[in-house]
This record gives sequence, structure tokens and C-alpha cells, in this order.
Amino acid sequence: MHKIWIIIQREYTSRVKNKRFLMVTFLVPLLMVGLIVGSAYFSFKGTEERKIAVVDPNGFFKDKLKNSKQLKFEFPKDVDTSNYQAKGYSDILLMPLFEEDKKADYILRSKKSMGFSLQESISRKINAAIEDQMLEKAGIQQSILDSIHQSAQIAELKAYEDEGKSSKESNAALAMGIGYASGLLIYITMFIYGTMVLRGVMEEKTSRIAEVIVSSVKPFELMLGKIIGIGAVGLTQFLMWIIVVVTFTGVGMSLLPADMQNQLQQLQESGGQMGAAGMAQASESAKNIYAFQHVLSTTNWPLIIGLFLFYFLGGFLFYASLFAAVGSVVNEDPQDAQSLMFPITMPIIFSYIITNVVIQNPNTPMAFWASVIPFSSPMVMMARVSYGVPTTVPYWELALSMVTLIGGFLLTTWLSAKIYRTGILMYGKKVTWKEMIKWAFAKS
Amino acid sequence: MEPLLSLSHLVKHYATQKAVDDISFDIQKGSIFGLLGPNGAGKTTLLRMITGIFYPDGGTIQLDGKHFDPLLDIRDIGYMPEERGLYKKMKIGEQALYLAQLRGLSKADAMEKIKYWFEKFEMQSWWNKKVEDLSKDPLNANLIKDEIYNLAKNGATIIFSTHRMEQVEEICDHIVLVNLGKKILDGTVSEIKQQFKEYIFAIETSHPELIKDNALFSIIERADKNPNKILVKLSHAVASNEVLKYLIEQQIPVVSYNEVLPSLNDIFIQLVEDTHAKARAFQNI
Repeated sequence: MHKIWIIIQREYTSRVKNKRFLMVTFLVPLLMVGLIVGSAYFSFKGTEERKIAVVDPNGFFKDKLKNSKQLKFEFPKDVDTSNYQAKGYSDILLMPLFEEDKKADYILRSKKSMGFSLQESISRKINAAIEDQMLEKAGIQQSILDSIHQSAQIAELKAYEDEGKSSKESNAALAMGIGYASGLLIYITMFIYGTMVLRGVMEEKTSRIAEVIVSSVKPFELMLGKIIGIGAVGLTQFLMWIIVVVTFTGVGMSLLPADMQNQLQQLQESGGQMGAAGMAQASESAKNIYAFQHVLSTTNWPLIIGLFLFYFLGGFLFYASLFAAVGSVVNEDPQDAQSLMFPITMPIIFSYIITNVVIQNPNTPMAFWASVIPFSSPMVMMARVSYGVPTTVPYWELALSMVTLIGGFLLTTWLSAKIYRTGILMYGKKVTWKEMIKWAFAKS
Repeated sequence: MEPLLSLSHLVKHYATQKAVDDISFDIQKGSIFGLLGPNGAGKTTLLRMITGIFYPDGGTIQLDGKHFDPLLDIRDIGYMPEERGLYKKMKIGEQALYLAQLRGLSKADAMEKIKYWFEKFEMQSWWNKKVEDLSKDPLNANLIKDEIYNLAKNGATIIFSTHRMEQVEEICDHIVLVNLGKKILDGTVSEIKQQFKEYIFAIETSHPELIKDNALFSIIERADKNPNKILVKLSHAVASNEVLKYLIEQQIPVVSYNEVLPSLNDIFIQLVEDTHAKARAFQNI
């Protein structure tokens, strides 16, 4: 055991001391924060305003078509498709004469094409205007319509999960986001750290140091030491990321202006229900931050992070020994590695596809089976647990999934070790999967 | 004298082929021993059993009169594989320290010994270099050869495994030749040369034209480089002195007269040639 420890130390320190490791550790959270902030910024501020000229023979759109931050509708005279640009409009909307019970097309011409969401919003606005017009024709006053629209915005969906007597506020969008993010993160890290094991084993074999080492330690110890060392590098990476993100957030919060911090505190104390006067005082940003914090607080973070670390480690150990086995039979030719890796990368990619399906619907039989079979459980289970334990995923399912994963990696490690100890000492011969399977199941 | 290492009826097979097929030999304490054979003969497999990397499928290994226990005994065995290498991106000193610790030495002991050897081989400046930076200054090969003799003189037993015969001829006391998993030769270098000698003598004379085929010998070669040197093969049961006597009687001025023994290389080529050693599928396993 003492010798495994020496191997783990070398595998770990040689990678953690590497400059690339430090770079990834600090750049990835920065990149992620930048991505979030950036996309938020562009979705609020970065969009341009479109001034749209409407040519309307019907005459009712002038009152019914509502302007928004990005869409300004105007109804000028003497504008047509040939001169709207010259008159300072970005788009022109040509309405047909709507007749009852007859479908008609309206046409949008633009200087620069419009994004999908803006087009959607225009079509929604036009349909709402037509609906209003028809309701008015049927005898409903505009003032009544307006009040109906207002009260419709009062209602907001609050979903709760019932667990015995207690119930907890749930947020499907956040659950989906977390599930998707952790599934993706496990998928990516599985590849990164799996191929790290593969390359490490190949390096030892092709540089011919493996034989020097196995004259001192058992091949199994060498393989396990490398896998554990690299797994520890992965864990360190995640821990560093958590620390970096928590520190950034803490620093960011403390840099907020004092009055905003006061408002935030008040919002927190009153549970978001400050009353009209207080709400009006609180700034828009304080409300946004509070809403974000509130949504985050609906998730059981220690559980999610704990499970994430478990499934990362379990999935890594499950696949790493397979990568090690492949690395041990590869000779000089990296092409061999590609083709031999295929049967291992296939189930990882396939599991990722299943994850994307399961995240839409976490309670199907496929979701259950994919989260207890160790080939896919690390990703699929992570996608499901964010919806709630024990509501969406009962405890027994979680326990079963963990036990099969542990059993799974013990089995792959045992089989891979038998391929590894033969492969690592064999030079100059091309090995097929058939031979590897024969070694794996040969009596020792 | 008790042998240090005694292999008896060792067998090791991979899948369907026998890499080592019933091989036995002894290695004497303090000797320099050559284990020879073409690629795929079974040398590496034998060494891997002797170093505890593989367990034999059959037969026994005795070390110093006791049953060989890889876990305990490898501490007393140093092994430098024919297929060897180092990490390309790790400093030489750190690699030496790492490998010594894996061998079972404490860090302090390892450090002390490595310093000793680095000094001995004049490679202190290598400590902080990486393998990829080393191409220029080669190690002094004579220092290593001297050290091998030195180790043997101080009681270490050395096994050389190679297919380069000229190295062996120079330093080994005793050799074993394996081919196709079987032992085909076992003895000291001079014994083997005697065993395979073909009664060929070189005669150097100032009057080579006087030497002609006769009942005692036949000429097999007149050397090009030195026209005064003639290789002759003695006829059956002719003693070498009879030839000398004949040359004197014929008043041929002899400058030198000596027996030409076959080189180990010649012997091995002769022994291994027809066995299609290359065809072994598990070559280099």
C-alpha cells in the first residue's frame, strides 16, 4: 500500500504543479461568470430598437398594436417598400385587408433581418390586436379589455413539492438548469480525465518506463495509483472552482452600494413581501438580485454538490480503468488508440444523449433504468436529482444507483487490471478487442 | 560451490504458445552471466520470472538455496530491462528518486545512494535536466563497464541478456543460449568455443606460395588483407604440432601459427539459423 501512495503522489503533484492546471482552475469560473453576465447584458441592453412602419388598410391596428422597449410601431402616410429606409424606418409591415373567416398573410420587410424572438413577439402582438378587435366588435369595451389584460399579469406560478406533511417551493427551470449543467460537466470531465488516464498509461508504455516500474510494484498498483492520483486532481479542480466562485460572489456582493445592501436585507427579512411602499422604494437591481437569491435557495446545494462529487468520482473510476486498459494495449500508433477508444466513448456519448431526454421528463422508466445502470448513471442521475430528493428520485433509487455504480467500478477495475497487466508489457503487436476480452476473462 | 540462482524446469506460456519451455540452468555467485538468444527466444520472459514480474506456470526458482519469494527477494535484485525508458518531462534526479522509493528505499536512503551513483558516473549536472535535453552528453560507457567488473568482484552476480554477441564475448564468464523457448547451449565462453571449433589454423609466412594442400590440411582461405596469412583446416585426427613439424621440415619460414576459434556470433548463427525464430507470434511479449 505504501508504494501505491508514492505513485498517487507523483501522478497528483506532476499534474497539479502544471501551469495548465492553474490556468484552467481560474479561467473556467471566470469564463462561466463572463458568459452569464455577458448573455444577461446583451439580452437586456445589447438589443437594438426597431422602428417599424405599418401600412394598414384595416385602420384598427393604430390603437391596438402595443409598443414595447424594442419594437416601436408607427403609422406614417406615404411610406412604401421603396422608401421606408430613406424615411428612417428599420422595417415595414404590410397588412392585408382582413376579412372574416379568411386567412391572410402579412408581410414584414427589413433592412437587416430580425431575430427569431423578435419576430415571434411581433406575431404575438398582431394576433393579440386582432383578438382585441374582434372582442370589441362583439361588444366588449376597450377599458374592460385593458383591465382584463392587467389582472391576467397578477397571477404567477408557484409550484411546490409535497413530501409528507412539509412542502417546499420548487422551480422546474432552475432544476432543469442545474441538472443540465451537472450532466454536461460530468460528461466533459469524464472525457478530460478519462483521456488523461489513457495518455498517462500510453506514455508509460511507449516510453518503456512501465517495465522498469513493474519490476518494483505490481501492475495493478501502478494502474490504481494513476487512476486515484488523476481522480484526486479532478476533485481538487472542482473544489478550487467552488472556492473561486464563492469568493468571487462574496467579493461582488460586498462591492454593492450600501443602500442596495440595505434594501436586499429588508427584502430578505420580509420574505419578498415588503408591501407596496417598500417594494416601490427598492431598486430594480436589488429586486433582481433578491429574486435570484430566492430561486437559488429553493435548491438543496449541499446535497447536489455532495452527489455531484460522488457521481463524478464513481463515473470517473468506472470509466478510467477502461481507459487505462485501452492505453495499455496501444503501441506507437495513436490511430490504434482512436479505434480502440471507440467502444468506451460510445456509451459516454450515448448517456449524454439520454441525459438530454431525461431532463425534460425525469420520471420515465428509461430515466429510472439509465440512472441505475453504471454506464449512464453518473450523468442521468445527476440530471434527475436536481428535481428533488426524495420527491422525484426516492431514496431507494438513489441508494440502488450508488450501489450499482460502486459495484460497477469494482468490476471494471478488476477486469481492466487483467487486460492492463498483460498489455503494458507487450510490445510490437496489434491487439484486438477480442483478445482484450479474452485476457479480461482469463483465469488468473 | 552453491549456485546463487537455480532455475529448474521453468515453463511459461501465453495463450497457446510456450514462451519458455522447460528451461533449467544455474548461475554461480559472483559470476557475469550471459543470457542470449534471438528476439522472441524467451529471454525477456525468463528475466521477468527471475525478477518476480511473472509467476512461472511450472518449475521452480531457487535463490541462494531458498525458494524464490518475489515480494521479499526483489529488494536484492536490480533490474534494468532491455525495453527501458524514463518519463520524458520529469527531471532525471526526481525520476531516480521516484524509482528508488518504489523499490522500497526510504526517501533519505534513496537520496544518499542516488548522490553516490550520480557522482560515480559523473552525471551530477543531470539532476535538473529532462530526458529530452540529454541527447548531447553521453555517459562514459567505460565507467559503466568498469563498474560491472567492480560489482562482480565485490560479490554481486550479474546477468546480461542481449542478442549482441560481441558484448558477451568480452565480459561474460558463462552463457546460456535459448531459442524457441528452449535452452540450446550452456557453458563457459571458452568451453563453448572449444566445443564448436573446426580445427582451423592461421599460418603466417614470408613465403605463402610454398604452402599447398596436402594430407595434413587443406587451404580454405588466402586472406586478401594480408597475403602472407593463410587459413587452413586440419584433416581428421591431425594434431596441430604435426602441421608445425611439417612446415619446419618443408623449410617454410613461419612467422606465426595459431588456432582460429569460431566467434560466438558464428556459433549462434549456425545454431539458430534453421529454426525460423522470427515466426514466433508472441515475439517480444
